Amino acid sequence: MNHLPQAWGRPRDDVYGAYDGSYLQSNGPNQHTQSPVVTGTSVLAIKFKDGVVIAADNLASYGSLARFTDVKRLRVFAETTVVGFGGDVSDMQYLDRLLSSLDTEEAYGTAGHTLNANNLHTYLTKVFYKRRSDFNPLWNQVLVAGMDGEGKPFLASTDLLGTAFSSPSLATGYGAHLAQPLMRKIAPDEEAASKLSKEKAVEAIKESMKVLYYRDARSLDKYSIAVVTKDGIELKENEKLENQSWAFADQIRGYGTQVN
Amino acid sequence: MTSIGTGYDLTNSVFSPDGRNFQVEYAVKAVENGGTSIGIRCKDGVVLAVEKVITSKLLKAGANKRIATIDRHMGAVSSGLVPDGRHFVSRARDEAASWRKTYKTPITTKDLASRMGGYLQAYTLYSSVRPFGVTAIVAGWDSELELPVDGQVGSGPSIGSGGKVEGKTYGGPGLYMIEPSGQYWGYYGAATGKGRQTAKAEMEKLDLAAGKLSLLDGVKEAAKIIYIAHADNKDKEFELEMTWISNLDGPTKGRHQEVPKDLLEEAERLAKKSLEDEDDEEETKDDDDKPADEDKMEE
Repeated sequence: MNHLPQAWGRPRDDVYGAYDGSYLQSNGPNQHTQSPVVTGTSVLAIKFKDGVVIAADNLASYGSLARFTDVKRLRVFAETTVVGFGGDVSDMQYLDRLLSSLDTEEAYGTAGHTLNANNLHTYLTKVFYKRRSDFNPLWNQVLVAGMDGEGKPFLASTDLLGTAFSSPSLATGYGAHLAQPLMRKIAPDEEAASKLSKEKAVEAIKESMKVLYYRDARSLDKYSIAVVTKDGIELKENEKLENQSWAFADQIRGYGTQVN
Repeated sequence: MTSIGTGYDLTNSVFSPDGRNFQVEYAVKAVENGGTSIGIRCKDGVVLAVEKVITSKLLKAGANKRIATIDRHMGAVSSGLVPDGRHFVSRARDEAASWRKTYKTPITTKDLASRMGGYLQAYTLYSSVRPFGVTAIVAGWDSELELPVDGQVGSGPSIGSGGKVEGKTYGGPGLYMIEPSGQYWGYYGAATGKGRQTAKAEMEKLDLAAGKLSLLDGVKEAAKIIYIAHADNKDKEFELEMTWISNLDGPTKGRHQEVPKDLLEEAERLAKKSLEDEDDEEETKDDDDKPADEDKMEE
């Protein structure tokens, strides 16, 4: 070591050679998020005659490791809208803070709160689209459940690409493959959804959550469920899946010829 | 002020020979002309009220709000130059937002008062700016519960103290008044503007330091005080604007909100009634005097 402060604590040039500055990538391309890390799986939602039911399990996975088991992925906005988050959990936390600051600023206006679920979905879509256009996406697919400007049930999806669409029932991730067909049996179109009772809708969601727990290896039997109506939000965050059917497993032996 | 005319009052941030900043004292004069604002710290919340003098019948009732919300749990009201009050609020909102960005938790009333005190004081330091023409009252309720960090998703470890000391109380009501000099103190009851002396005298009668006044009574007292303070300025009509912040179990759940219309009207009715009762008492005194006079005349 020499007497010059800039050399203190550094490997000695005379022993290790000069520091290879190319590792600093001082003039390489900017590197942004290229894959999610801690992730949440499916979010499910279905419209009924007075509102929307939405659910997501309480798991945040770290790859195939079920790392965090009490992660609440349904977030309430302005006491009128629920956003269900699938995908990267750190990006979900960023979005949560973004929405909460939007909420605060919106309330500063003298007219009071004016953002409904529809407005919020539009806002999120634009945030997602801006970020993917910067090649720095927020790695989520979200469902927005609430009421629109006319006080009718509102349900729509948006994701890391800024893609937006709406349907009487929606599911993200694995749920789109497994739960959506089940929910479509109950509410094939808007008309059917507008006749659906709350109990039927909750039942459909719970059944779908169960099917997902059977077949999705990144899912959990603890989940959150919210019923959004014009009267407010009923949010239950520590539900447990019930009535699972495993008794048949005893009867299964081998993979073909084994008798017992 | 014997030093007036000696040139020490022409520029901000200039010390007079006896160590005063006259420009700040002139700013205080602007405050003393403004409508009365008050804040009352109650055991389960805080009330803010302001007297808005109606300068024209063409002004829409209930419009032109003077009490502003900062974050969700604090309110601010000021007397003096209205635009300076707006600037104050705008800065306070920025401070609250930047606190949240850094610490992921709402700013306490005390910390906001400190930051705003620092901000106002900065406007006494340079000749290129003028001091604020407002005295502002900042009120808030700091949550008594352990709040989740903004954006928090899980619950964390279920064992351990969580950094809380047993037996110590956390959170509660906060009330601060910040003057053009940047000087600020915490108060049980704060008043500024034209009717501040009357308002202060009324608040001293309430024994606020005992911490027994309920928020609901505080609302009624605040309305009464504004009405009494307005008595010096009787020829002009005024509108009462009032907001409150309750504890988490209370009507506003720790949020800063306008006092609901029915409660405001009830408080105003009681305020007017108590003023009339006082007038009646004076009149009965006069009545007592009159027969005496008549007696004398008969003599």
